[in-house]
Formats: sequence, C-alpha cells, structure tokens
Amino acid sequence: MPTIRIDDKDYEVRDGKNLLESCLALGFDLPYFCWHPAMGSVGACRQCAVKVFKDEQDTRGRLVMSCMEPVKEGLRLSIVDPAAKAFREQVIEWLMTNHPHDCPVCDEGGSCHLQDMTVMTGHDYRRYQYRKRTYQNQYLGPFIHHEMNRCIQCYRCVRFYRDIAGGEDLNVYAAHDHIYFGREKEGVLQSPFSGNLAEICPTGVFTDKTLKAHYTRKWDLTNAGSVCPHCSLGCNIFAGERYGEIRCITNRFNSEVNGYFLCDKGRFGYEFVNSENRIRQPLIRGRLVDAVSEDQLLEYLRHLTGNGNIIGIGSPRASVETNFSLMQLVGIDNFYQGVNEDTAFLQKRVTDILESGTLRSNSLRDIESSDAILVLGEDIWNTAPIMALTVRQSVMKTAFSQTVQQISLPSWNDIAVRELTQEARGYLANAGTSGSPLDKLATHHVQAAPDDIARMGYAIAAHLDPSLPPLSKQENELTARTGEIALALSLARKPAIISGISACNEAILKAAYNIAWALKRMGKEVGISYVLPECNSMGLALTKAPSFEKALGRLERNTGTTVIVAEQDIYRCLPEEQAEMFFSKCGKIVVLDVLHNRTTERAHVLIPSASFAEGDGSFVNNEGRIQRFYKVYAPENNNVIEGWKWLERIGGGNERIDQLHTMIEKGLSQFAGISTEAPAAGFRIHGEAVPREPHRYSGRTAMWAHLQVSEPKPHQDNNAPLSFTMEGYKGIPPAAIIPFYWAPGWNSVQALNKYQEIPGGKLTGGNPGVRVLNESAEPRGDFFTDMPEAFSARRGRWLLLPAYHLLGSGEMSMESRGIAELSPEPYLALSMQDAVAMNATTGSTMVVQIMGKAYSLPLKIAETLTDGLAVVPAGLPAMPVLPFGSWVEIVKK
Amino acid sequence: MLSHIRTMWLVFLHLFRKKATIEYPEEKVKLHPRYKGRIVLTRDPDGGERCVGCYLCAVACPVDCIALQATEDEQGRRYPEFFRINFSRCIFCGYCEEACPTYAIQLIPDFEMAEYRRQDLVFEKEDLLINSQGKYPGYNYYKVAGMDAGVKAKGTGKNEDPPVDIHSLLP
Amino acid sequence: MTSAQHIWIVLGILFVLLNIAAGLIWVERRLLALFQDRLGPNRAGPLGILIVLADTLKLFFKEDWIPPFADRWVFILSPAIVVGAVLMSFVIIPFAPGIVVADLNIGLLFFLAMSSLAVYSIVLGGWASNNKYALLGALRGASQMIAYEVFMGLSLMGVVMMTGSMRMADIVNAQKEAWFILTQPLGAIIFFIAGIAETHRLPFDIPEAESELIAGYHAEYSGMKFGMFFIGEYLGITLISAMMVTVFFGGWLGPAFLPAWGWFFVKTFLFIGLFILLRASLPRPRYDQLIGYGWKLMLPLVLANLLITGAVLLLLKN
Repeated sequence: MPTIRIDDKDYEVRDGKNLLESCLALGFDLPYFCWHPAMGSVGACRQCAVKVFKDEQDTRGRLVMSCMEPVKEGLRLSIVDPAAKAFREQVIEWLMTNHPHDCPVCDEGGSCHLQDMTVMTGHDYRRYQYRKRTYQNQYLGPFIHHEMNRCIQCYRCVRFYRDIAGGEDLNVYAAHDHIYFGREKEGVLQSPFSGNLAEICPTGVFTDKTLKAHYTRKWDLTNAGSVCPHCSLGCNIFAGERYGEIRCITNRFNSEVNGYFLCDKGRFGYEFVNSENRIRQPLIRGRLVDAVSEDQLLEYLRHLTGNGNIIGIGSPRASVETNFSLMQLVGIDNFYQGVNEDTAFLQKRVTDILESGTLRSNSLRDIESSDAILVLGEDIWNTAPIMALTVRQSVMKTAFSQTVQQISLPSWNDIAVRELTQEARGYLANAGTSGSPLDKLATHHVQAAPDDIARMGYAIAAHLDPSLPPLSKQENELTARTGEIALALSLARKPAIISGISACNEAILKAAYNIAWALKRMGKEVGISYVLPECNSMGLALTKAPSFEKALGRLERNTGTTVIVAEQDIYRCLPEEQAEMFFSKCGKIVVLDVLHNRTTERAHVLIPSASFAEGDGSFVNNEGRIQRFYKVYAPENNNVIEGWKWLERIGGGNERIDQLHTMIEKGLSQFAGISTEAPAAGFRIHGEAVPREPHRYSGRTAMWAHLQVSEPKPHQDNNAPLSFTMEGYKGIPPAAIIPFYWAPGWNSVQALNKYQEIPGGKLTGGNPGVRVLNESAEPRGDFFTDMPEAFSARRGRWLLLPAYHLLGSGEMSMESRGIAELSPEPYLALSMQDAVAMNATTGSTMVVQIMGKAYSLPLKIAETLTDGLAVVPAGLPAMPVLPFGSWVEIVKK
Repeated sequence: MLSHIRTMWLVFLHLFRKKATIEYPEEKVKLHPRYKGRIVLTRDPDGGERCVGCYLCAVACPVDCIALQATEDEQGRRYPEFFRINFSRCIFCGYCEEACPTYAIQLIPDFEMAEYRRQDLVFEKEDLLINSQGKYPGYNYYKVAGMDAGVKAKGTGKNEDPPVDIHSLLP
Repeated sequence: MTSAQHIWIVLGILFVLLNIAAGLIWVERRLLALFQDRLGPNRAGPLGILIVLADTLKLFFKEDWIPPFADRWVFILSPAIVVGAVLMSFVIIPFAPGIVVADLNIGLLFFLAMSSLAVYSIVLGGWASNNKYALLGALRGASQMIAYEVFMGLSLMGVVMMTGSMRMADIVNAQKEAWFILTQPLGAIIFFIAGIAETHRLPFDIPEAESELIAGYHAEYSGMKFGMFFIGEYLGITLISAMMVTVFFGGWLGPAFLPAWGWFFVKTFLFIGLFILLRASLPRPRYDQLIGYGWKLMLPLVLANLLITGAVLLLLKN
C-alpha cells in the first residue's frame, strides 16, 4: 500500500492503480471522460489533469493526465492547483465550443456525465463566438438513438463496442475535428450489447430509444434494485417507474454478477410490464359476471382448496417465494415443477452435481478471472449473453496479463496493452451444435452433434485423468482436438468449464463435470457453470419437486383434481397435444400469471400476479446465488400483487416476506441463507427508510391531481426497508437495497464510483446476494463413465434441436416492440449436404412430421451444422413447441 | 425607554395616514407587466408549442405542482403529451419561468382565479396554452438548438456550420 | 339597595363586560390595521363590526377537539379558570358611585388575589396539553407571573398608604383633589407595566410567543375553549385598564357633562387603546431580559417608591 501525498495530505492507496482511480477511490471529485473502470485508460480526453511534483522541493510541478500516471510511493500531487484547475476548465471549454447545448431535448440531461463534469470544472459561459460543427444522424435500430452533434470525441463508444463487446459495425470515421462515431451505413446495430452505449456514452450521442418513447428524466423515476427476469444469470438491474409504467432499465453493478454491462434483452425487455396484455382483474369463468372482487375470489378458492384433491404447478419464472407458497398451500407432495420431463431431468442432474459440493459453481467474476475456458455444448451468446461477454473479457484479459508480464506495463494502460497484445488471446474452446460469435475468439471451436460433443468432453477428461478409460475409437476429427484442449486446460492455473441444458443432452453435463473434476484432481482452481433456461430455473430445480409429466400421471388416477398453475404457460413447455391432454384431465384450473397466454385462456380461475417490477421476491441464478428484487412501484390496480401474496392469502398466511423467508429456511434447507440476502423490512438507517425516489423527484402534487386533487397517502412498504417517497436516508445504503446511483455532483450513472470500495471493485459493504451452492472443503467425487454412442446421421430422420435467439426466444421479452422487431421468423435449419440431398434451397418449405402432425417451416441452410441435425428456433411466439432432442421426419413440400 | 415612547408615538400617528390597501374588488389593482400571477404556456413565432417537455419547470417547482409527460411528433419535435399544474398548490414563485430554457412557461399579471372547488384549480395543457408569445417575442428554441426537429435542417441554425461530410479528409 | 337592584347591577356589569370583551376583537383588529396603514375588517356589518359575530360563531362551530394525549379534565377546566378569575376581579371595580358588585374594604387585596389566580389556568392548560410548546409556555407564564405579581402589589401600596384604605370607593374619592397619577406617577407606570405582563399582552406575551412557541400554553386548544382564553385575555385588558383608571386616574370622577359611568368608560377605553398601540409598536423582549427587568429594575424601583412615599407621608404628618 503506497502512500501518496495529495494537496499536502498523506493517503494510503492500492498498488498497481493509476492516479485517477486512486483519487476517485479516496472520494476526490476529479473530472474524466474517456477512462472507464471496465475499459482502462487511454488518455484521450485530457480532462483528468493534475499537477505532479518531482519531490518535496519542487514547487513548479508538471501537469499530467492522472489516468495515465501510475501510483508510486511518496508521489506528491495537487488536484486543486490553479494551473491544473484552469487546464481542466479549458479542456471542457474546448469541448463545449461545438456542443449543441440542447440539454432540454436531450435524453441524457439530468443523468449526463458531461453536465456533471462541466459543473465540476466550473465552465459556465461559451466565449467562442464562431459557428458550431454539425453532423447528420444515423438510424441505429429500435434500441439506440443517435444524435451525433453532442459528441465530445472521447472514443468510449467504439472502445466499448469493439474492444469489450466485440462488435464490428460501429466505428469511427472521418478525420481531425470531424470524426464521426457511427455505422458505415445506417442500420440496426448488430451487437446484442448495443444498449450499453447509452450508459457508456458520457453525453447524449447514444440514448435509450425505448425510454425516449415515454421519456422521463432520471430524477423523476421511482427506482428499486431488481434482478433481470430474462435469463438464468440474474443480472442486477435498476428498474425505473413513472406514472405507473416501467420506463427504463439500467445496470445495477454487482462485481460478482453482471459488472457494468447488460445485454439488450435485459435492458429493453421490460415492456411486458406495461403491456396491454397484462392480466389485471381476477376472474372466475363461467359465472354471470366473470370479474370478481378479492373477497369473492378468496372465498371461492378457499372452498376449492379445502377438499385436498389439489396439485400445484410451480414455475421457473416465478420467484422462490411464489413457488414455496404454492408448495405450502397444496402440500409438499402435491407440488410439481412446471417444466417438462426432459428439462426437469437435466436440471436435476445440474443441481445434483452442484449440490454435491465437489466443484465450485462459478460466478461470472470467477469466469472473468479464469485463464482458460471450455464451453461445452451451450450457445451462451444467446442463452446467457452476459456470460458470453464475460468469457470475452476473460479471454482478452488473459492475453493482456501475459503481455503485461513480459514488459512492465500497468494493466490499466488500455491502448498500449492492446497494441502489444495484438491478436493474441487467452485460451477458449467453444463446442456447440451450431456456430457462435464466440468462435472468432476461440482457439478451438467445434460444431458437432450433442452426443459427439459429450464424447469429446469425456475424451478430454480421459486425457486429463489417466484413471479414465480413453476413447475407444478415434473415429472423427473432433477427438483429435481433445488432446490439444486437454493440454491447454491442464496448463491453466484457473480453468473454467461452462455447459448447459439447451442442447437437451445429459451426457454433455456429465462430460463437463468429468473435465472439471479431473482438473480439480490435478489441483487446479477450477469452477463450473451450467446455464439454465429461465431466471429462477435453479430455484425451481432446487425444490426437487417432480416434473410436470408426473402430475399428468396423477391426474389420470384422480379425476376432478384442482390444479393451481403459478406463472407458467403449459403450452410453452409441452407439445400442444400433451398440453391439451393435461387440461382435459384437470378439475378446476387456477392460473396466476402476469400476461395472458394460452394457459390463462384455459383457466377457470384467473388471478393477476405481479411482474418483477410490482412485486418483491427472490430468484436463484444459475450460479446458485439467491438475489432479492424489490417492488419498484405499487400499481394503482391493487389486484396486481405478487403470486406468493395471493397464495398466502388463500391459505390465510402471512404477507411479510421476512416471515416467509424464515419458513422457507425451515421447510427447505437448500435455501438456507435466503433470510440474509437483504436487510429485513424493519431495517432503518438513523430511523429512516431508503427512498425509492431521488430527492429532486418532481410533480408529487400534480401527478394524479386530474383524478383527485388531494394527494393520496404514500403507499407503505411492509416488505422492504424502502419508501415509496423522496423522503428518507440520503446517504449510501447497504448494497442490496441501493435504489439508484446518485452522489452530490454526480448525477449520471458514473456516481457508481461513490458506491464502490474502489472504482471497478465491489460495492461498499459487499455485493448483494447469497450463494446457496458452495464447494465443500474436502470435495469427493466420482467420474461418470457412461459415455454415449457416437452420433450418426439417420436416413430420412433428423435429430431436432432448439436454437435459442437472444432477441426472440424469451417469452416475456417478446412483448417489447424492439425485440419483436429484431426477432427472427420461424425457420428450419439443415446442413448444406442434407439440404442438397433433399434438393432444397434456402426458403424452400420443409415439413416436419412429429407424432402424426406436420409443421411447415421455411428452410435455412446452416453451413456449419452437422449432417443429420435439424435446428429450429425455440420459444418464438409463432413457433409450435416441438419435442427437442427427439428424431423427426422432414420432407420437402 | 424614550425610543420606545417615540416608537409608540410614531405608530400612533399612522392612524391618520393614507391607507396602503385598496378596496378590492370594488377597486381594481393595477398590475405591472412582470407581475407573477397565473401560469401560461406560450407559442413560438411560428405558432408551435414552445414547451419541449424538458421537465425543468417540474423539478424547479418547490411545491412539485407541475407534472407533464414529454412526447415527440414524427419529426422528432418534443412537446408535452399532457401538462398539468395544480394551482391549489402553486405558490406563484416563478421558479418555473426562470428554469424554462425555451421561454414557454410564463407567469402573467392575472391572479383572479379563485374557485369554489379545489378540483377546478387543476389546469391541463388546454387551459394553460395561450395563442401568444408572451413576454419574449421572436424566440424559437428549435432555431438555435442543434436538433433537427422539423423546424430547420441540420446545420442551418443560427451559429451552425453545415453538416460535416464524413467522407472527406480535407481540413 | 335591594337585592333585586343588586342582581340587576351584577347582570348589567356582566353583560357590559362580556360585550366589551367580544367587541375588543373588532376594536383590536381595526386599530392594529389602522396603525399598520391598513383598513382591517370592514366587510361584515357597518364598519365591519359584525366580524365579532362572525368570529364568535366561527369559534362556536369549530371542532371542539381534545387531544387524545391530553389530561382531559384539567384541559377542559383551565380555560374556565381564566375567565372566572378575571370576572371575579371585576367584583370590586366601582364603575360609578354605587355601581359596584361588592364594595369590599379589602378591595385592592381581593383584586390582587384574584388576578394571581389566573395564572393557574395558564399553568394547568399548558400542563394538561401534554405538548412541549404548551408546557414551555406555561412555565414561562408562571415565572413571569411570580416576577411581576410582587411589584404589581407593591406599586399599589403607595396609593393605599396615601388613602389609608383598600376600599376602591375610598381610593376614588381620595382623588377628588388630585388624581394619584400626579402624586404616584412611578407607581402608576410600574402598575401599568406589571399589568401588561399580568395579561401577557405584547410586548410581554412571552408565554404564547407565536414565533417561538407556536401559541404557547394554548397551542392545543381550539373552538370555544380557545375562545375562553381569548375572552379571558380581553377581559384582562379591560380589568387592568379599569384598575388604572380607578386607582390612578380618578375613576368615575370628571366634569359633569358626562355621567360618572361615562367618564369611567371613556378613561378605560383610552387605556385599552394604549394596550393595542403597545402591541402595534413594541417588539417582544427576550425571556431572560423580561425576568431580569422585573426583578432587577422594577422591584428596586417600586421599593424606592414606597420608601419615598412613606417618608413624604411621615414628613407631612409631622
């Protein structure tokens, strides 16, 4: 810990950092633009100038860019030095000569880093009397709005888009003071991480277009910390509400989960909360008037649930609390997972492996700090995009750290490190059924059938551990690579293995485990990740309840059984005939859900339940981290309440989440720790709750005045130490309940620096979330030895596999207009050879025959697909649910 | 003590002074043009709404009595979808007028707006928008701001160069 | 005097006094307005006099609220005490020869006793309100009363020495030659100052001091209970003015073109006007200044006054 002297006062700082980071970590307000904790320094904006003195006698000093200056023991610098201050002010003044000063119509205004920095440096008057430079804007798709006039040429956008996200279609054009950040031609930004440009850009060049459609300033949003409901990674988000609508999603930093970035599905997939398609009224169908009051509903349901012949169907997108309450209401033996047999089986395999404690379940941060990564059979680019982004960072960082070791160069010196690293990359092997953008980064990439990928995995494990039987036949080229992959993994200090269930293949999961366990036995610091389909898949799988098809068997035995379905569309997890069969055997069907879907159409009793934004609850992410999400706002319609609250009301139970957590811990020991995931509802700081609204929140006495001129009493929150007003504790709260980032002088998202221990480090007081899947101190395990047979294409039959699309496969996210616009049309993908053999070309109509039903789909030829595989997009609204992992007949129409 | 007595004497003399108050409503008040009374929304010289829905008036309002929602027309011009002032809360401080970057919101010399029902003091945009430029004639925000919102093309505003040709490398 | 006559006198005095107290609402507001270059209430009735009626009605119809945290019975009792105590003091005031409720031979002593009872209402009201502002007001009221009670009594003793009687009629009659303001000017001034403090009017309204204690001891009172405090205050002003007139300004005495009671009322109203002028012109002293002023300046002064009066009387006698 070197000591540096800032303005004649000594401070201890961390070694290996630059001066800017160190000053910010100490709480100094030093302006900057181009530096970003996740992207390092390039020294482009000249904004963070400080004066550094040679020694104690030096009185003149010299101006340096603090982001480019390493911390040294005994370094003397001055932030408040008049020359440094004047320099910083002048830099801003130059930047502002061309700025259009259109803050009133700029979406960044009020959360703008440029505004903050301008105020911080003291520049307040444009002395430059000449004309301003202007640019034409580009259409960049439904997510990002482009207003190039506002640009200050900090290069953050291209550095993020190209260096971090690996995108290629955003670049910098033209020269000198005409440089232009955009695409070569107008068009949709191709990277699925493009939404981050809105947060990365320090001014209003790139802004959130979905927010623009119902624009609200940051200070007017009611916010709460939440968890993204769109995939199993559980990225931390802030959701902002105004006038009873969710207006935008911004990143909530958690250094162990999502860090600084979100994917476009997470950022723009919020519109379902505001959808017309929401269920808003409890119904009992078949009555003269379907709509019923809460009392009527509860009376009816109590009568219905009283007779004991009842089962509950839990859901992977319902919170832990809702699933538990349902389990309590119907009895633990009558609770089933709302997923099909295959998924339940695969998820059980995952939980068995992770619960055994043999291996560490990797967090995203663990993956980022790994130095060799193997992705086995999972298309993480589409099913877990932030994990793909993390893998990318890991691969880059491994290469950088090798560069840095060769010559003494600080790792934050981004441009120099990148220049030296050139095309070198850390080790990544990506094996999947179809190609992925990650392949470009990968040292080895393999496309094969799931069974072959599994065999490859077994073979790698066999290379690593001699106690395993080697592969019997070296039958195809992929086994030849296993040796190289095994070697690379065995050379690593901290290898990471990633797999998942989207290939519908159990052997892949086992193979991934085998590799990881073999590495563990070699003494490696190895970790494993399994990607699951939904936000609470892990939470549901951990209940160990039988699958949905077991419920079907039971319904056949007992007639007239009442079924309660909590937030799951049965038609999305089973092929239609099976779903129909299920419903035909039910007695009364009670459905709680957020949006209308085909299952809710079948419901006799329909109950509106709250989405992630209107409710409290917890999700367990794929890593086994229980994370709490908070009610962002209390909807006007008080029928819209959390599923667990409805279920507790039926059972006459409590409506306090803290008490429910205690019961969960008592009832299901696998969730031990859920009560410590966040401060209890009674938590107060100096007697004050934490306000969801910023202290500048406006319109309090006029927002609802057209309805009733007397202001309503603020909604009381019994389940969180947060208030629905602007009154309360103004300082920095515990990390789990931070509702938004703001610090005096820092109105933009960059105020985050004040909430972290050091910039880029963990949140003060520790990151939120509690891990329930932990590695045991003395891990013991066995290898799986049941290697599958090699895949061989069959004549006239194809193995049907799902293709997940980041924008399209999500049930909820498809309610967002932009995502629906960018989602693919249904298709059937076959290999070139198979297509040629059937005399079909791109666009030909193919007929998939499954159990006597025929589905017509246009053909898409996938160059890299293995012969004998047929791939169709999963989860599109227009796509029927097909039995993935089974063999189907395909003919050309 | 003497000063106290003197004070009392001087106050006593006020009995015979001319009174500063007038007999309103029989006698009307003469208001100056910058008197801060009822709030209106003005229009620009072309007759367009001046308000761009920037929310600065709302955030400046110490009693939070202004609520609005910004929206855009097809050309990207911002305007308020609704604009509501709860005059039963308004304290006529004029901060909204000071905060307004487009001279849209203005306080005018009219204070006679009493109502028997509080609800009637909630003014919507229709009630606020007047067909006049108010105190600042000739100003059109979109003529000077960098945006192209259908008022002027990029680079044709006051103090603007024509748009950069990004294919040119000439200085 | 027959007892029937007596009852008429009692009822008459009560009627007049209560009307004066109510009328003072209008008088004070009008006068204050005029002192401040305004017009004051001028809408209801001729010259706005019906504001009295409007105000009274308003007070009657306001919600008569007893805070749930208050000491209920004491809270109800204390506004009654102030009105009762002040009205009792009027018993000894001779409005004109023969028009007096009880011409006691201990008249002045009775006045002093009764007026000091009024402080109970402040203390009890403040205590019963169970509110920190009210309690502070009550405490201030109590200590202010103790401080000013002492020299209020002493300031009257010069007159008593000169008259040789405490009977009010005797005191008035003793002024046929010269009003006691001439022979006892210091006593008169001190009595008036003590009277202001006694009625806790501005500038000595320390117990209620709106800008510091919201409304002090009656902060929790509303409706007619507050009205009783209000009336008590106006009755207090009237009482001190009447005492000033009786003791120092010749009571009902005056040239014959006005009846005796007429002189009495004219003089009393002048003093009431003075009270209002004081309110309009002087700022409130600090609490410690007020108490210090009482003990350190007024008390020595009044003792000196007594000493000199006694000495002069002795000299004249000899």
